Amino acid sequence: MLQPSQDKSGRLLLSGNEAVALSALHCGVALGTGYPGTPSTEILESFRTLGGKAQWAPNEKVAAEVALGAAFAKARVLCTMKHVGLNVAADVLFTMTYSGVDGGYVLVVADDPGLASSQNEQDSRRYAEAAVAPMFEPADSQDAYDLLQVAFATSERWHIPVLFRMTTRVCHSKSPVKPRFAPGAKLTTAETGAPTADFVRNIVDRVMVPGHAKPAHRRLRAKMAELEWWNISAGPNQVEKRSPALGIVTAGICYHHAREAAPEASMLKLSLSYPLPMETIRAFAASVQRCVIIEENDPWLATACLAAGLTIEAKDDAIFRFGELNVDRVRRILDKDSSPEPVPPRGKPPELCNGCPHATSFEVLKELDCIVSGDIGCYTLAALPPLSAMDMMIDMGAAIGMGLGLRHVLPRDQAKRVVSVIGDSTFLHGGLPGLVEMAYNPPQTGHVLLILDNGTTAMTGQQEHPGTGRQLDGAGTHRVCYEDMARAAGVKNVFTINPVRERALLKGVLADSLHKDELTVIIARSPCILAAGRIAAWAKEQKAKAATTETACTCECGDEDKS
Amino acid sequence: MTSAPIRTSNVRFAGLGGTGVIKASDIFADVAFREGHTVKKAEVHGMSQRGGSVQSDVRFGSEVHSPMIPDGACDFLVVLEPTQLEVFRGGLRSGGTLLVPADIDTARLPSAKALNVAMLGRLSRHFDFPESAWRASLRANFPEKLHSANDTAFTLGRNP
Repeated sequence: MLQPSQDKSGRLLLSGNEAVALSALHCGVALGTGYPGTPSTEILESFRTLGGKAQWAPNEKVAAEVALGAAFAKARVLCTMKHVGLNVAADVLFTMTYSGVDGGYVLVVADDPGLASSQNEQDSRRYAEAAVAPMFEPADSQDAYDLLQVAFATSERWHIPVLFRMTTRVCHSKSPVKPRFAPGAKLTTAETGAPTADFVRNIVDRVMVPGHAKPAHRRLRAKMAELEWWNISAGPNQVEKRSPALGIVTAGICYHHAREAAPEASMLKLSLSYPLPMETIRAFAASVQRCVIIEENDPWLATACLAAGLTIEAKDDAIFRFGELNVDRVRRILDKDSSPEPVPPRGKPPELCNGCPHATSFEVLKELDCIVSGDIGCYTLAALPPLSAMDMMIDMGAAIGMGLGLRHVLPRDQAKRVVSVIGDSTFLHGGLPGLVEMAYNPPQTGHVLLILDNGTTAMTGQQEHPGTGRQLDGAGTHRVCYEDMARAAGVKNVFTINPVRERALLKGVLADSLHKDELTVIIARSPCILAAGRIAAWAKEQKAKAATTETACTCECGDEDKS
Repeated sequence: MTSAPIRTSNVRFAGLGGTGVIKASDIFADVAFREGHTVKKAEVHGMSQRGGSVQSDVRFGSEVHSPMIPDGACDFLVVLEPTQLEVFRGGLRSGGTLLVPADIDTARLPSAKALNVAMLGRLSRHFDFPESAWRASLRANFPEKLHSANDTAFTLGRNP
């Protein structure tokens, strides 16, 4: 949208992602960092559009670490990722709760119940409990806007990174937001309340050796006990008294489904759902004749309530643990209706675009009867008919490790057919250690790694990454060279081929590489057809600049591709 | 023309990814919102839907709870791609209004891509929102070079 909708009373119609971005701006966030992932991607893009400083990291772990440094320096920082991205960043998460932070650190994690665009439907609430990180759960865009401010205040008051759990419906649904400041207003630090960045040495709290981490763990648990008490007495949760016959405890988008399914019900809407305000829930449950927990995904809330000895009803997890909830499903839960649900007519699945360069690469792999260890991106669609040319896909970067594992144990005739196939952004995200493993523990039959370089993070909507030579806002920067990386890791056979214009060459080189017992990396480079125009225009502009400054890249990852 | 809604109105746009479903719903939501309604809009979007079936729900009224239209509760179903009609038809309530591309003289469209705007023109006949609000929203949602073609497409749907 070129201009956000605004009504006469000054409300804006924003997606949850846009509301987070606007709130981040109004909170004086000094830096936004993350890795693209549906449904979280638009947060940083919107933040940048609004004038905030935002950047893409190579992966979520790096993003969370960059954010941590900024928070150690007392700044307010926003880090965004999808739910599976938090797996990558989990290593940071589990210890930065121990160390704590000086500034305000909010990590937005976007869950995808129903798997609209993900490989699993993991429930990030379990991370809050496991890593001991406070967790906020907005229900709509206004909530996202308001709660982000509370989240920063909480992070700063208790010196702890906080999780901000959104779901696909909260991220992508639009609803009205009444902002604290007029759109476009230039804010002072007094208005945003953001602290000034400053380094204060604190080795005991920041260096998590055992001697420091042992007391840090105790300190963390003490913070949580204090925060739980605050959540009970003054937290952002909301009790709505209506009929005493039915009470519903819920959080996030489920609140709105439940309000519609049971308008007469009393409601307890949790906004700070970890640490749970158990005494608030206990009092609410005791105030109604029947108390039902409405939650998507895992029975996390219900299990906690039952463990605390509360008399509550949980959903039937044989049915409702799977997929998103909606008004109809919440009605069924309230009616204790576990009969089979109506099956909606099957729509058309997504497919590779007409003219997509990935399609050619997978046709060639299929013609050579390859066993394809694949990865995550648009090209995963090649696993579906008519291509059916990808044999496995699990997580970002796994193509290489899984391919090597297959090569190590398969009989020679099968091992020789194994190819690891990974996209450009995914390679930089999670594939680099796999490349090193390939050179360090090469299978007897060698291995072939095919990097599909379409010059963008296409799957999530054409975001930049370190291999494009452009930052989040389109500014030019150093371009990482895959060819150099492969050679530096120890791979001698490195080829760059345009799969569209040099299809026969790709097939020949691939066949030859499969025949040899050596390590080969092939970069299949041809731009995403949706991004090609934009990339070409940018390249032209850079060339004009380079003619005057002579800073052009001299390696083969440069401008040999003029398509 | 129907009178101003007193309950939540449910309008679903449906079609294939990349055909303007989301854009049409953005504009409709924008019009209803600027006219003073509380509006919620829900869809699943992103490259992962490209070429596949997509839908976008817009709900408006004085108060709206869930952003998603319950099963069989669409007052209007606007289908931008004929092959998707059977996938989405079940969402329409009994007595609801179905709008399909056959309602438009597509031969007169300034470009095939403008079908979504023409369908908005057709939809606009069922609401009391002023015509100027629709046209203002179209201008706010598209780059200037498309304004003239969109005006033509909208008129084609609204006043064939």
